[in-house]
Amino acid sequence: MSGSLSATGLSVRYETPHGAVHALRHVDIEAHPGEVIGIVGESGCGKSTLVTALANLLPANARVEGSIRYKGVDLAKLDAHRQRLLRGDEIALVSQDPMTAFNPVLTIGDQLLDFQHHRKDLGRGEKRARIAAMLGRVGIADAERRMHSYPHELSGGMRQRVAIAAALLTDPGLLIADEPTTALDVTMEAQIIHLLRELRRDYNGIIIVVSHHLGVIAELCDRVYVMYAGEVVEGGEVDAIFHDARHPYTQALLACDPARFHERLDRLPTIPGSLPSLTQPPLGCVYAPRCDRVFAPCASIAPPLVNLAAAHVARCHAVTP
Amino acid sequence: MLTYAVKRIGLGLLILILVMIAMYAAVFLVPGDPATVALGPRATPELKRLLIERMGLDQPVWWQIIEFFRNALTGNLGYDVWSNRPVSTLVLEALPNTMVLGLTALAIALLIGVPLGCLSVMRRGTAADAVIGVLSVGVIAVPSFVVAIYSLLVFAVTLRWLPAIGAGEAGDFASQAKALVMPAAAIALGWIGYIARMVRASMMEVMGEPHIRTARSFGLPEWKIVSKYALRIAIIPTISLVAVGLGSILSSAVFVEAVFARPGIGKLITDAVNTRNYPVVMGTVLIMTAIYVSITIAADLLIARLDPRVRDVFRG
Repeated sequence: MSGSLSATGLSVRYETPHGAVHALRHVDIEAHPGEVIGIVGESGCGKSTLVTALANLLPANARVEGSIRYKGVDLAKLDAHRQRLLRGDEIALVSQDPMTAFNPVLTIGDQLLDFQHHRKDLGRGEKRARIAAMLGRVGIADAERRMHSYPHELSGGMRQRVAIAAALLTDPGLLIADEPTTALDVTMEAQIIHLLRELRRDYNGIIIVVSHHLGVIAELCDRVYVMYAGEVVEGGEVDAIFHDARHPYTQALLACDPARFHERLDRLPTIPGSLPSLTQPPLGCVYAPRCDRVFAPCASIAPPLVNLAAAHVARCHAVTP
Repeated sequence: MLTYAVKRIGLGLLILILVMIAMYAAVFLVPGDPATVALGPRATPELKRLLIERMGLDQPVWWQIIEFFRNALTGNLGYDVWSNRPVSTLVLEALPNTMVLGLTALAIALLIGVPLGCLSVMRRGTAADAVIGVLSVGVIAVPSFVVAIYSLLVFAVTLRWLPAIGAGEAGDFASQAKALVMPAAAIALGWIGYIARMVRASMMEVMGEPHIRTARSFGLPEWKIVSKYALRIAIIPTISLVAVGLGSILSSAVFVEAVFARPGIGKLITDAVNTRNYPVVMGTVLIMTAIYVSITIAADLLIARLDPRVRDVFRG
């Protein structure tokens, strides 16, 4: 389908002096225009590596296998120059921390003007007018004056709005928001989620939202991929994941979300154990060492991706369709 | 910003006063009085007394210092012991030559050093980066007077491309420019290395900052990221370095002017020290210190202009 994104068998490893770190292993995801895709998992699960790979921003020591097909082109096979031409044109990234995302010595207007550099058809005046209109659209009052502000003169919430405006200004077919609310306080978070929900109504590209916050994902997304230790362990519609989670890890993750408790608990639940080493990933299932439903094949045989229902998959020996 | 400027200027004046006190203390502590040293052992007592009175050496040191500053405020820096010409005139005659030399050297160093530093960052880890690194350290290690003497030997004596001495014919721009090449290059060479290293080091740090990733994520070309997004921040430590280094540029001007027999402050001060011409030494040191202090203040104000965060700190 035109405008669709699909990663197939995507693996990324970082070559380091201490050996290769397998940050991402055989990941399959797909996204279609108009969809909002959530990627959820705890810190270090590979979600940032995944979006960095999708945005072609991996560092030089990263080695990529598999394919990332977007609009019929394999992004993983493009040379650096062609990749750069896609960034800020077809693909835009709203980065994690709005406090440090902008250049501190250039004005907001100056930077947003530069970020439209792919639009050779527009003059300076037209680009400035687009910036003012877009800043207004993301809820920044006094947009004309704000264009002359430096980043440190804006609050965190405002900067995140500017970051979203910057991404939307490029009319991307693929918009990636990497932890868009993590660095914000709760009221700001609610405002940004509200803004993103409003924006998705008249945006018809793909939006990918990364978060470790289940509430954010539930409110924004159509479909979710749950990641653990560099693998997608479960994927499906938001309802299916939140109400009919099949993978033991997803179930444990949901059980640990404080927002879902009905009464006050003396002790918050956690998942015992810790993430496996990404330098030497386990032979069998990555979650086996922490899983409460582990049985014979888990330790030695990597589980297949099981199709449970339409668009609902889980990578587990214990699940059956 | 204004309070900040006033504070910096006040501090600058304090530095001037301290430097002059130190200079007077140095003259006072050196064995033998300046008049005897200047006139030689066979001078008559009358002549000696005359010179001591003229130089004000019969007064106590603290009084000499106060006198010096009182006169300096009215633009009078004293008189040359031998020619009796006002020191201010001598300094003003010599100053343009030295300023032209120093600023040309600085311009050469910046125009070559900054792009080399940027190139090093863009080609980091490659052979080009390594070559620039080795050459930078190499030229930093060579003192400017050595460069001066060898370039004199090659370009003036052997190849006869450039004049060996002087500052060129007055009014003839081409001849002045030709005479400027070697002395300016001799001073600039080491600074090219310093600046290239400095720009590379601070730029490598800036390139790791998240806002550079943002610029990359919008597909900006690497040269634009380096020359606009990173350099605007990375140049700030270099400006501080250059401002502080101007003192050393001016002191290399002393050697270089001596090697090329180029009229200027450097030659004025070496000649004055050799002939114990203390009023000239004092006057020249005062002017040079004042210039040095003003440049440092100007650099700090420039940094405040370049970095809005610094500007806001001073505004408050």
